[in-house]
Amino acid sequence: MKKFKHILLKTLDVAALSVFEPIVRLCYGEDPRAQLRKIGKFILIPIVAFILFLGVWHVTASGIETKFGKMPTPGVTWEQTKVMVGQVFENRRSEKAFYVEQKTKAQEHETKAAQYAAAAELPKNASQKEAFLAESNAQAELAVNARSATFAGTPTIIYRVVHSLKTVFLGFMLATLIALPIGILCGLNPVFMAAASPIIQIFKPVSPVAWVPIAMILVGALYSGSSMQPAMLSSAIVVAMCSLWPTLTNTALGVASIDKDHLNVAKVLRLGWWTRLFKIVIPSSLPLIFAGLRISLGVGWMVLIAAELLVQNPGLGQFVWDRFQDNSAAAFGQIFVAIFIIGIIGFFLDRTMIILQRSVSFDAPAGA
Amino acid sequence: MPIIELNNVNKGFGPASNRSEVLADINLSIEENEFVAIVGFSGSGKSTLVNLLTGLEIPDTGTVTFEEKPVTGPHSDRGIVFQNYSLLPWLTVTGNVELAVKQVFPQMSKKERRDHVARYIEMVNLTPASWKRPKELSGGMRQRVSVARTLAMQPKLLLLDEPLGALDALTRAQLQDEILNIWDQEKKTVVLITNDVDEAVLMADRIIPLTPGPQATLGKEFRVDLQRPRDRTTLNFNPEFKKIRNTVTQYLMELNDEAKRLAPVKDLPLPDIHPIQFVA
Ligand SMILES: Nc1ncnc2c1ncn2[C@@H]1O[C@H](COP(=O)(O)OP(=O)(O)OP(=O)(O)O)[C@@H](O)[C@H]1O
Ligand SMILES: [Mg+2]
Repeated sequence: MKKFKHILLKTLDVAALSVFEPIVRLCYGEDPRAQLRKIGKFILIPIVAFILFLGVWHVTASGIETKFGKMPTPGVTWEQTKVMVGQVFENRRSEKAFYVEQKTKAQEHETKAAQYAAAAELPKNASQKEAFLAESNAQAELAVNARSATFAGTPTIIYRVVHSLKTVFLGFMLATLIALPIGILCGLNPVFMAAASPIIQIFKPVSPVAWVPIAMILVGALYSGSSMQPAMLSSAIVVAMCSLWPTLTNTALGVASIDKDHLNVAKVLRLGWWTRLFKIVIPSSLPLIFAGLRISLGVGWMVLIAAELLVQNPGLGQFVWDRFQDNSAAAFGQIFVAIFIIGIIGFFLDRTMIILQRSVSFDAPAGA
Repeated sequence: MPIIELNNVNKGFGPASNRSEVLADINLSIEENEFVAIVGFSGSGKSTLVNLLTGLEIPDTGTVTFEEKPVTGPHSDRGIVFQNYSLLPWLTVTGNVELAVKQVFPQMSKKERRDHVARYIEMVNLTPASWKRPKELSGGMRQRVSVARTLAMQPKLLLLDEPLGALDALTRAQLQDEILNIWDQEKKTVVLITNDVDEAVLMADRIIPLTPGPQATLGKEFRVDLQRPRDRTTLNFNPEFKKIRNTVTQYLMELNDEAKRLAPVKDLPLPDIHPIQFVA
């Protein structure tokens, strides 16, 4: 029992969820007064603050009239959330119905094909036999088509979330692949750092929106594959261009500020260049590298929405734009839902990175 | 034939405009199998001297020769135990030792290497903690990992930079015995840096004081001909032990007083209190 409590507390700590620590301790009857005070301070007060925020939102929104109708209140937003969830289930139902229908169709065609084929076997004149065979083949082909047809409903919010996540990870991987080696080289070699520095300084502050046309034009010119939509690739490139900088600078800093004692160990052991890189330099800069990756992913997620909106990549960004074009009060409410979805996913991405960051830090735990 | 020799070595740091001369005119010659203790004041340049012996630092003028060849950089024949442990915090105890062993004995098979590492971890009594990372260890345990790592490289010359400074009396005594054992059994040469005269007398064949900096140099040396093995429990009553300890302490205090006299007088009003000097 005691051990379980320890594990629970440790998990909360690793997941950077130590606000819930007092609840666990309270359940185990550990100094209830102190725990209740902590719960009041760090759980109750945030909840009250959020309720207050909803109140302010409600009052403010009710007073604003737009060309789409009233600005959505928390109530309207909640209604639209339910509508969107309903759409997901509706879509799933019609998808299922579609495939059932396709299957019956295919079976009908198959029976017909078999009948024609059988008829062709009966001794008739040659031209009739040929006509039957042709008809049989045509029916078989129709059956195959019916089976391979895919459902093409409007993309649901789930589809969009998954698509956005795929795109952001693609961009994040690209950014990491570029930033890590360059960052390491910058940290190792002051001359390289001096050479790269102006380039970094110039491109770092560029707005994601400015990269969009360049990415679209380049993808249009250079990408002819079909494994990925060009819009997805363009969005990922924009994400990469904006999110690689924190990783790059943090990696450079981590590598350059490696503890002199550790370098002395490397010298005394007479480690070769590669061994030193992989056994001393990279491990010792991992905490800073991961801190950079965490910021990068946060930036990437923020940039992604803008990029998708402009490039028309069918993720959350495009959803916001679609709803905007819809010109209705309901659609306006759904934009608010999208805002919350974007925020909550961003929060979970950050938590994931914190956990990764903590798992590689060998000294003090990283701050939340 | 001396195993390592320093001839007229000078070493300073910083640019010419703001240079601090740390070591001046150091002459030292250490024989094979000798156990030499260098005692000195805090900040006088003891670690700098060890770095010169290791090859981590190169003298400004003068020469360092090891087995009659000039020292140009670190070599696995000269093993150093750093003053501040210098363990790699992302590796376990085994990992820290293994990295060194892999580097010095690349020809070892996996199994040979594992046994070799385990043997030295056992030697410093850390087998139960072998899977832990440095931050999970006490200061004394870290120090022992550091010792194990250096011993596992099987150097001919062992350079110990205040290896026991941070330890409590009990752990300290235990590690002193371990070091003496290793020195005796594996026939090594040891240079021990310490600021503890008792420790120096207990362990060394020869005690060499380093004068207070700046421009620290080696002072008058003292031979310790006490019979080995030296038993710390009875040593306190041994008149010869007391005599050596007192002369070395006396000498160090004289050095310190002299350094204070030579130091530039500062215009700071000092409170009217005087330290009491204990002479055992
Ligand atoms: N790399 C360096 N650059 C500049 N100054 C240095 C360097 N290494 C040592 N010093 C200076 O040399 C002097 C002696 O330092 P050192 O570390 O050798 O002393 P120490 O006797 O080992 O001290 P401690 O008893 O604290 O271990 C100090 O004044 C220090 O500031
Ligand atoms: Mg020192």
